[in-house]
Amino acid sequence: MSIFSDIAIVWSKYGTQILSGIGNTVLISIAGTLIGLLIGLFNGVIRTVPTPKNPVSRAFLTVVNWIINAYVEVFRGTPMMVQAMIIYWGYAYMNGGSTLPLIPSGIAIVSINTGAYITEIVRGGIISIDRGQFEGAMSIGMSHFKTMIHIIIPQVMRNILPSVSNEFVVNIKDTSVLNVIGVTELYFYAASAAKNSYKLFASYLIACAIYFCLTFTVTRVLRLIEKKIEGKANYTVFGSQSDSVSEIHINEEETANV
Amino acid sequence: MSENIIEIKHLKKDFGNNTVLKDINFSISKGETISVIGSSGSGKSTMLRCVNLLETPTGGEILFHGQNIQTELDISKYRAKVGMVFQSFNLFDNLNALGNCMIGQTSVLGRDKKTAEKKAMEYLEKVGMTPYINAKPRQLSGGQKQRVAIARTLAMDPEVILFDEPTSALDPEMVGEVLSVMKRLSESGMTMIVVTHEMAFARDVSDRVIFMSDGLICEQGTPEEVFGSPKREETKSFLSRFLNQ
Repeated sequence: MSIFSDIAIVWSKYGTQILSGIGNTVLISIAGTLIGLLIGLFNGVIRTVPTPKNPVSRAFLTVVNWIINAYVEVFRGTPMMVQAMIIYWGYAYMNGGSTLPLIPSGIAIVSINTGAYITEIVRGGIISIDRGQFEGAMSIGMSHFKTMIHIIIPQVMRNILPSVSNEFVVNIKDTSVLNVIGVTELYFYAASAAKNSYKLFASYLIACAIYFCLTFTVTRVLRLIEKKIEGKANYTVFGSQSDSVSEIHINEEETANV
Repeated sequence: MSENIIEIKHLKKDFGNNTVLKDINFSISKGETISVIGSSGSGKSTMLRCVNLLETPTGGEILFHGQNIQTELDISKYRAKVGMVFQSFNLFDNLNALGNCMIGQTSVLGRDKKTAEKKAMEYLEKVGMTPYINAKPRQLSGGQKQRVAIARTLAMDPEVILFDEPTSALDPEMVGEVLSVMKRLSESGMTMIVVTHEMAFARDVSDRVIFMSDGLICEQGTPEEVFGSPKREETKSFLSRFLNQ
C-alpha cells in the first residue's frame, strides 16, 4: 500500500470532518489576531502618553504602564499551550468545575497571547515614526489621543502590517495547541482521524497540506492589503479632466458664493 | 499696534547643564512681523519652540493676552491659536495636501467637514497649491510642502504664526516661492515671528528685527536700525559675514 492510497482512504472517510475543523481554526486565528491587534494598539497608545504634570495622574500612569509591562513579559515568556490550560482549568477550579465555552476561550487565549507580542510590535512602530509628525500634530493643538488616532496609528499600521501578518500566520498554526483543552479545530480532527484510521502519516500529511494552503492564502491576501494601504504612486492634478471630484468642488464653490 | 499678543519675560532654557536661553524678554503686538536672526546655536529655534511649548521653559514666563501659557491656559487650545511652521515641514505623511489642511480643523476646532474643506481650499489657493490637493507629502517638492504647511497653519485661523527657519531646507528657487507667500501674509496683517537666515526677508518685510547671540537678545530695532547702523560689535560682525556673501 502506497502513501497515496493511505491518503485517499483517510480523505474519503474523514475528509469532511477534517475540513470542518478549518472553520474553527480560521475563526480563532482571525479573531485572535484582530483582538490582539486592538490590545497592542491600545497598549501602544497608553505607553506613549507624555508624563502628566499632575502627580495623581502620573502615579496612575506609572501603575498602568507597570501592568502593561508585566502582561507583556508574562504572556510572551510562557507557552501558549500552558496558558490555555491555566486559563481554562483555572476558571473551572474557581467556579466549581463549570468550564468556559470552548471557542470563546480559544479566541481569548490567542488574543491575549497575540496582544502581548503586538504590544511590542506597536511600540517599535511608534518609535519609528519621525518626531516631526508628533510635533506637527501638537503644533495645531491635537491632544495625545487625537494625534495617535489621526496621524500616528495610520502610519504605524502601514509599518507594522508585515509583522502583524507574521503573527496571523503563527496564529493559524498555533491554534493547534488549543486541542489540549478540546477545541475542535483542524489539528483536533486530524489527530482523531489518525487515531481512528491508524494511518498517522497520511492523516498528518493532510493536515500539513491544509495548514500550508491556509497560511499561503493569508500571506498573499495580506500582501495585497499592504499594497492597497501604500496608496497610488500617482495623484490626479486637481481641476484636470481626469479628476472627477473637481467638478463637485467647483459646483460647491459656486453655490457658496451666491 | 498697541495690544501685546505674546509677552516673553525672563525666558530661560537649560538642556542639562547647557544653558541655551539665558534671559529673553520681548513682546509682539497685533499685526507685527518680527524677524529673529543670529548664528546657529544662538538659541533662536529653542526660543520659538518654547513659545509653542514644544520645549518646556526652565524659567521665566510666556504670556498670551496677559495669561501665563503654562499655568493659566489649556495647552491644546493655546497651540491651536498659535501656528507653527517648521524647517522640516512636518506635514502628515498619511494624508494628502487637502487632508493635512482639514484634520486640525475637524479634530481640534470641531468644524464640520464641509466648512473645513472650504476653508482649506481657500488657503491652499492663497499659497498657490490648488492643483496639488490630492498629492501626498512624499509626492511634493520641498517648496510645495512648505506652502501646504503654511496653508495648514492658516486654516486654523491662528492669531500668531511662528516660523522656524521655514526656508533653510529649500533650494534658492523654492526659497523664493515660500518667502513671497510669507511676505503677502505679513502685508495682510498677520502677526508673525520668523526665525530666519534670509537677511533680505528680515530687512524688507519685518517691522522689527531681533538679533540673538549666545542665548540673549543682543540687539533689536527696526530693520533700518539693525541693518543700517548696528550698535553692537557682535551684530556688526554677524551682518558683515552675511552681507559679504
